[in-house]
Amino acid sequence: MRRIDHAEAASDFIAAKEHQAFHDRRLWDLRLKRDREAHGIPEWEELRSLASQIKEHTLSRLADYLEEFEARAKENGAQVHWARDATEHNQIVFDILSARGAKTLVKSKSMLTEECDMRPFLERRDIKVIETDLGERIQQLDDEPPSHIVVPAVHKLRGDVSTVFARTIGAEPGNEDINYLAETQRRTTRPYFLNAEAGMTGANFAVAETGSFVVCTNEGNADLGANVPTLHIASIGIEKIIPKTEHLGVFIRLLSRSALGSPITQYTSHFRAPREGGELHIVLVDNGRAERLGMQDFWYSLKCIRCGACMNTCPVYRRSGGLSYGATYSGPIGVIIDPTFNIRKYSNLPFASTLNGSCTNVCPVKINIHEQIYKWRQIIAERNQLPFVKKEMMRIAGKVLADPKLYRAAISAAGLAIEHLPRFALYNWLNPWGRQREVPDAPQQSFRSWYIAHRNRS
Amino acid sequence: MKAGLFIPCYVDAFFPAVGIATLQLLERLGLEVVYPLDQTCCGQMMANSGSQKDAAGTEALFVENFKDFDHIITPSGSCAYHVREHLDAIPQTADAQKVRRNTYELVEFLHDVLKVQAFPWAEFPHKVGLHNSCTTLRKLRTAKASEIDEPFFSKPIDLLRKVRGIEFVAPSRPDECCGFGGTFSIFEEPVSAKMGYDKVADHHDAGAKYIVSADMSCLMHQKGCAERLGLDIRFIHIAQILNGDRA
Repeated sequence: MRRIDHAEAASDFIAAKEHQAFHDRRLWDLRLKRDREAHGIPEWEELRSLASQIKEHTLSRLADYLEEFEARAKENGAQVHWARDATEHNQIVFDILSARGAKTLVKSKSMLTEECDMRPFLERRDIKVIETDLGERIQQLDDEPPSHIVVPAVHKLRGDVSTVFARTIGAEPGNEDINYLAETQRRTTRPYFLNAEAGMTGANFAVAETGSFVVCTNEGNADLGANVPTLHIASIGIEKIIPKTEHLGVFIRLLSRSALGSPITQYTSHFRAPREGGELHIVLVDNGRAERLGMQDFWYSLKCIRCGACMNTCPVYRRSGGLSYGATYSGPIGVIIDPTFNIRKYSNLPFASTLNGSCTNVCPVKINIHEQIYKWRQIIAERNQLPFVKKEMMRIAGKVLADPKLYRAAISAAGLAIEHLPRFALYNWLNPWGRQREVPDAPQQSFRSWYIAHRNRS
Repeated sequence: MKAGLFIPCYVDAFFPAVGIATLQLLERLGLEVVYPLDQTCCGQMMANSGSQKDAAGTEALFVENFKDFDHIITPSGSCAYHVREHLDAIPQTADAQKVRRNTYELVEFLHDVLKVQAFPWAEFPHKVGLHNSCTTLRKLRTAKASEIDEPFFSKPIDLLRKVRGIEFVAPSRPDECCGFGGTFSIFEEPVSAKMGYDKVADHHDAGAKYIVSADMSCLMHQKGCAERLGLDIRFIHIAQILNGDRA
């Protein structure tokens, strides 16, 4: 399988200057809002520590808490299904729908169903799937995956949305008024809510002691989808479990402040039992999570509450866009999760980072993201997945730098090259440094030569 | 106090003036400074690329060169961090552990170990923008990072405040990474250059005439970007200012 070439995709993204500048500005603004909200709470850092500890505790006893959740959920009247992987998940959802003759599914945003590639699976089986989150709907209509886990269409400008809506849902061509565009989406999506036989949500948190789950949204679309049709399916990754309702007090305070810099989402909806005459199905999905839990250096990534703060702060993400990662999860969290799905395909992603560590500092559950990126690089090198050029470069550098004589020869050659090569040789396409940057001047002598001339008394 | 001076490979090759300033500054402060002549590099480049086996030889050489010093000082945050936290491609012998424990980045050494109170010889009558490298900021923690809710502190600013005539200006995104990132600058060249352009433009817009940093690698990248953009802004290592360079 071909490796995702992040650098090349990023280059295209940067070439669209207006888009890139907006993308960077918009996400940086979210980061600033996050700072203001976070720094407005004196116990912010303590909350992060608590959230991290609760998650680590839960993950260390995950099987027990999952069984507790299942038992309570069944007592509440929900039906609980277990999916080992994406295919099992999709099949379970399809079976539930087809057994009840459901032809249309309205769903709210869920990264898990993206991860499972559920939409095409169901559409191939004649189920119509309608995304109802505004950003996710834009992406669905444009036949693109979400580029951000919280703001899926953040890489698009209003003109792009206008074009998509004019092409797909009958919006007036050329009308770029955002209220008009939002209203058009709302007007065309409403009938689906009213007529769909089934609604689907994800979950932000699943509480073991009550068997209930919580969905946090800003548009109210999840509540419509869960409450209008009589059939509600909730797909939940097994890492979403927390032990007790009281723990929500920690996570709810962190989630939207970290994500969007708002104190809380507009809707924080608790689901516990099917409503009268209705059905509630909960699909608990593993899809690689249990295996990740067993990975010594990487299980911490399961603490993630999908707030996207690491993406908003990431200087690389802001300048390359989510789609450049070629995976369901992009940005820093994607870089450490994606290789667990396919190490070869995503082997370049841990190198799409400067290891600056800002992601780790904003993470509300204290995932050591940049340290995991560093570790992934070692795994990728050990499994022989470094690209040939990089592998050779490191082999030669390792040899030269381990040998003082070879090193000194290389240093003087580098100086000579810079001094004597004509400009076109220093600044051509073979030299990525010189493509957009000047190379440093060659000094008269190295520090070492100076030191020998001025200090060395031996 | 006898100290070992570790001059990173790119400083040795491209910025000898930074090495000289570091050496002279430490000598002015009364240290006996030795530069082991067989030193090359700390192994960071290979290790950051994941290639532990290619880093091992360089790391072993580093330990051999510096094992007899109680203080090993380097004008580079990322190299100091590599030695201290990541020099693990080789067996962790007593010597290796000692070297890792005893390695200091210059600013933290001046601030925390020597506790220098004055640089009477230093004067720098210019507007400067401080660039904290991500390693000094978020790993060595020599200054408060904007993401963390904690009281302000900055070891480089504590030191620079003792320099006569210096004036600070702050860019709009003071903690944003400049995009060097070691081999990232080569293998992710489009993003790296864009980050560098944005960084130097931000400093320039804030009115900085100089960008000062404890990491010359960031400055090498930023200088290359500023020159290509034609921005009138200069770059100087903190050791040079503290040692009394005037421009």
